[in-house]
Amino acid sequence: MVGDVQADRVVPPTGFTARLTVLAAAAMAFLAVFALALSLATGRLAERWSSALTGSATIRITAPEDQMEAQVAAVLRLLETTPGIGTARLIGRNEQEALLTPWFGPDLPLDTLPLPALIEITEEGRGYDPEGLRARLAGEAPGAVLDDHSRWRAPLVRAASRLRALGLFSMLLITATTALIITLATSAALAANAQVIRVLRLVGAQDAYIAGAFMRRYTARAFTGALAGTILGALAIRLLPAGAREGSDGFLTGLGFAGTDWLLLPLIPLLAALVAFLATRATSLATLKERS
Amino acid sequence: MIELQDVTHGYGASPLLAGVSLSLAPGSFHFLTGPSGAGKTTLIKLCYGELIAGQGRVSLFGQDAATMSRDDIALARRRIGVVHQDCQFIDHLTVAENVALPVVVSGRPTRQIEKDLDDLLGWVGLSAHRSALPPELSGGERQRAALARAVIMSPEVILADEPTGNIDWEMSLRLLTLLVELNRMGKTVLIATHDLNLIRQAKKQVAARVLRIANRQLLAAGAEL
Repeated sequence: MVGDVQADRVVPPTGFTARLTVLAAAAMAFLAVFALALSLATGRLAERWSSALTGSATIRITAPEDQMEAQVAAVLRLLETTPGIGTARLIGRNEQEALLTPWFGPDLPLDTLPLPALIEITEEGRGYDPEGLRARLAGEAPGAVLDDHSRWRAPLVRAASRLRALGLFSMLLITATTALIITLATSAALAANAQVIRVLRLVGAQDAYIAGAFMRRYTARAFTGALAGTILGALAIRLLPAGAREGSDGFLTGLGFAGTDWLLLPLIPLLAALVAFLATRATSLATLKERS
Repeated sequence: MIELQDVTHGYGASPLLAGVSLSLAPGSFHFLTGPSGAGKTTLIKLCYGELIAGQGRVSLFGQDAATMSRDDIALARRRIGVVHQDCQFIDHLTVAENVALPVVVSGRPTRQIEKDLDDLLGWVGLSAHRSALPPELSGGERQRAALARAVIMSPEVILADEPTGNIDWEMSLRLLTLLVELNRMGKTVLIATHDLNLIRQAKKQVAARVLRIANRQLLAAGAEL
């Protein structure tokens, strides 16, 4: 990539293809920032959902009123001797009512409803065996049902993982589109600069020299455009409403970069430059071979 | 140096040159003449590897041009200075940059040849135009700039295709004088021209061999030259 300054001047500094390359690289980098943000945000979301729901479970006990106390005591005793259970806490009546009030309103007489007893458990170490615990619960307390959250967690984590994969796929598409646009721009530039190529060959330039002159020029243009697009994209992300950035539990509102994620942004213009370098090199050498 | 042996070449069904042989020995001076369309430019292009002969053999510094790679031909061109009638410049580069182009493409930093470049531009009388762009030059100035570019690598052979085609007589004589000077420095010179007066003038200064293309053949010119 290092060359005599004058060597780079043989390719005209302006023209339609120059503007096309800069603009395309800027637009693609802008989109890449959002694809990257989406990918990272969904990754974080999947992790957060997974870790929030993993490690905790609920046991719901539904039994006739005269058996309820005995079954709750039996379950709590059973949990004390179950390996992998860290804590087991009976959720009190008041706490249950507080959870239900937002859904049913304050006027409903919740104290008259036959609410099930709820025991919140947390795991420790390598966790417990859910199937084994279910079997023991069935024997000791027939009205107890273990909800380990897996039926909620799995589809959410799967959806978030797929969104992350889509984000990464979008990055690939953006990279391929950038390569395609730069290939077309280079082809157009080579056609438009046929006279320059003719003169360079006349004075003894080898194909690698001619291709190098175009490569340096287009790599620099792609880098410049992508740098501008990345900065604009980063600003756009930064200017999203405060609740929509890092730390938010929402789905779309979690879009953005967190902590060291920002360090990935400089890779976008570098990647654009690398793509431009490879695309221009392949196109230039193929075109020069055809015209020999 | 450059040798054509029984070369036949054309662009269509009938050849433009048939069975042409030519040897450019070191230090020799040649004129190539003939009517327009006779094949002078084609023969010159064969001599620097822009065209590959359909039949026969073209040897560039001992190598068969037909079997040379593009990169090898490019290296051979660094030993051959070419002056075209239309000069062939890169219009967005200055005169000095165009003249230095053979040095730049050879990979040498131009700062190493700044003094040579100054001397060369002075030799062809273009010191005052070094920062001008080629379209800003007159026909004669363009030809002299093209000659400067052709000799900046100190090539062994100089091929000039109708170098005086677009310039007046006085400028033609000045250009001829520069080419004769180069020949006296030991360079091989081949000039394609239909200007017989220029050839007569040159023969007063240098022992030039005059060749003529007629009926697809390369012949020694008659006694009138």
